[in-house]
Amino acid sequence: MSQFNFVSDLQNALIMDGETRGPAPRWKKKMEASLNGSQNTTRSVLSVSYNTSFSGVQAPTKTPGKSSEGKTKKSTTTPTKTPGGGDRFIPNRAATNFELAHFLVNKDSGEKSDEENDKATTSNTNTNSNETNVQASAHKGERQKLISEVAQVAGDSKGGRILCYQNKAPAAPESHTNPLKVVYSIKTPISTKSGSRYIPTTSERILDAPDFINDYYLNLMDWSGDNIVAVALGSCVYLWNAASGNIEQLTEFEEGDYAGSLSWIQEGQILAIGNSTGAVELWDCSKVKRLRVMDGHSARVGSLAWNSFLVSSGSRDGTIIHHDVRSREHKISSLAGHSQEVCGLKWSTDFKYLASGGNDNLVNVWSLAGSGVGTASEALHKFNEHQAAVRALAWCPWQPSTLASGGGTADRCIKFWNVNNGSLIKSVDSKSQVCSLLFSRHYKELISAHGFANNQLTIWKYPTMVKQADLTGHTSRVLQMAMSPDGSTVISAGADETLRLWNCFAPDPLAAKKSASVNSKAKQSVFRQSIR
Amino acid sequence: MSSAQATKNCITLKGSAQIIVEYLKYGIHSILFQRGIYPAENFDSTQQYGLTILMSKDPKITTFLQNVLSQTEEWLSKNMINKISMVITNAHSKEVLECWDFKMQAENGDNQAADPSQRTSSKDQTRIQNEIRDVMRQISATVSYLPLLDCICTFDVMIHTLDNTELPAKWDETGAIVIQNAQAVQLRSFSTGLHKVETVVNYKMST
Repeated sequence: MSQFNFVSDLQNALIMDGETRGPAPRWKKKMEASLNGSQNTTRSVLSVSYNTSFSGVQAPTKTPGKSSEGKTKKSTTTPTKTPGGGDRFIPNRAATNFELAHFLVNKDSGEKSDEENDKATTSNTNTNSNETNVQASAHKGERQKLISEVAQVAGDSKGGRILCYQNKAPAAPESHTNPLKVVYSIKTPISTKSGSRYIPTTSERILDAPDFINDYYLNLMDWSGDNIVAVALGSCVYLWNAASGNIEQLTEFEEGDYAGSLSWIQEGQILAIGNSTGAVELWDCSKVKRLRVMDGHSARVGSLAWNSFLVSSGSRDGTIIHHDVRSREHKISSLAGHSQEVCGLKWSTDFKYLASGGNDNLVNVWSLAGSGVGTASEALHKFNEHQAAVRALAWCPWQPSTLASGGGTADRCIKFWNVNNGSLIKSVDSKSQVCSLLFSRHYKELISAHGFANNQLTIWKYPTMVKQADLTGHTSRVLQMAMSPDGSTVISAGADETLRLWNCFAPDPLAAKKSASVNSKAKQSVFRQSIR
Repeated sequence: MSSAQATKNCITLKGSAQIIVEYLKYGIHSILFQRGIYPAENFDSTQQYGLTILMSKDPKITTFLQNVLSQTEEWLSKNMINKISMVITNAHSKEVLECWDFKMQAENGDNQAADPSQRTSSKDQTRIQNEIRDVMRQISATVSYLPLLDCICTFDVMIHTLDNTELPAKWDETGAIVIQNAQAVQLRSFSTGLHKVETVVNYKMST
């Protein structure tokens, strides 16, 4: 029988270690201190969190340098004031009621240890020390849980009712990201050297584009992720492979008809063509085959925008239709937010908003529908600040809630909008009609395409909107721009029937040099290895 | 003459409730901004307590706080509130991430009248304002140690009242909230002479 006594002794010792070993718990010290009549201990400074054990050297309870007379005076008004007037934030447990918590903990643990002793004596005759260890550790975990529970209960043990107002405050908008994130993320500081970099101001390459339709309301060129440029010339649609230089004719419309807009799917070889009869055609360009025709508009389709399986089309009849290209019933919804031709249409970079610009001088922003397919039928924001048709639209890739829009001849402004709250961030007079806008992916810059008088492309620094460079060469207004899949090259289509390629966003040569040197080092080591 | 002097520096229970509600209003707006719960562009700056405090412009938030705080003022002027909690929750998972407790403690004032509504305090207004300013400063400094709220968040205000409080229209009773693995930091307190207000922030430790 002596072994049982030993086991229970051992267990008791293990169970009790939280209380008996180490320095006396703080509540005890506190009580003793208060009995002794010292008043400083009410502001005891603690450096332990709730879940750590009670062991730990007690920090000095009083910061020297302040007379106790002064404190006793003040303690009636602000007893928790940090000595010396400094602002120190030390997690403390003044909020918890230690006497009650200790009582609750001891009451529970007392009952439990009794139970367990019973178990140990009745059930198991050959308990080895291993098992008691397991039990003890399980007990410890339970105990910690209990302590944290009790600590919280004790804090709120006053009773009473907890009331709250029924109409809750709204949550932040979906696109909101905590601005404090910047503080927490580690980034190399922005270089202090001037923002200017070398930008070649002449075009790298010029392609002929005969019969390119000079119509402000059409979008007749796009560059795919597979490095193919689609361009509509007259009644034909051509594909130019930017890697190989091959030219292929995709289709030719019948006499009098033409393509009004072209748009590549985000990935792959599907091209959507909006034509002059109001239909949207889908073409598989790898097979040069038309997949389907989706009608719905009563007038020509001048703008298209893809969002995975969804293609949104804007028409001269003022409506925007969302087509689901997978289903037989392709028409999901029709948006009637414009009274005149829709000539600009862009999904935001995070695909939560659709921006549309029209000949009625409006920019509408539509938010993603609750179902996740298409958009709500009412525009989230209607911006009417432009004084001319809005065709140029671009979403900022690094600030998903920022939209840039450019107005036509009567307006000439590039305006930036915050779609979270619908406010105008900035407006810049570009002094020429704005036909197209693109944000760079490599630099915090954007490029705008203009008409009379200089027919130039302008690169701006964002958000300062300092002009970086003017790219001149076109002899008539620049109608459309598209960016290469690597983001380094911009192609522009002008009314002078040329396509020009500008290598204006080439990655930083210094960064390129660095990566090159890394590469050469890697090569060297491989070379050495091969000799050996 | 002497009576005019006396009433000038006198704070009644109602006035004390007003001061506290004003503090709560500015405090909650400041927390909403400092913790980045709503987009920064929805805030306007105002001058109060000698500090620049950013106040939300969102009409939904302002009407919500207006409703809550007007009721709070009524209860406070009857000394029926133990604690006011501003709870910040993850809008999607509904997990409680942070809780700002404003603990109210009735004080006797100068004349320990049996009827609480007759009590007055002669504490200097500017001293109270200075105390509040110190707390407000601490609230804006909490950003340095509170964990990042990296999700879409919403907030609610819970009022811990006495047992015998009647439930007004459009109000609900809720349970206590629990923050897993919580850490508490107590900020400075201030007092109007009739109420003492302690501000404590409880937050979830990021593991």
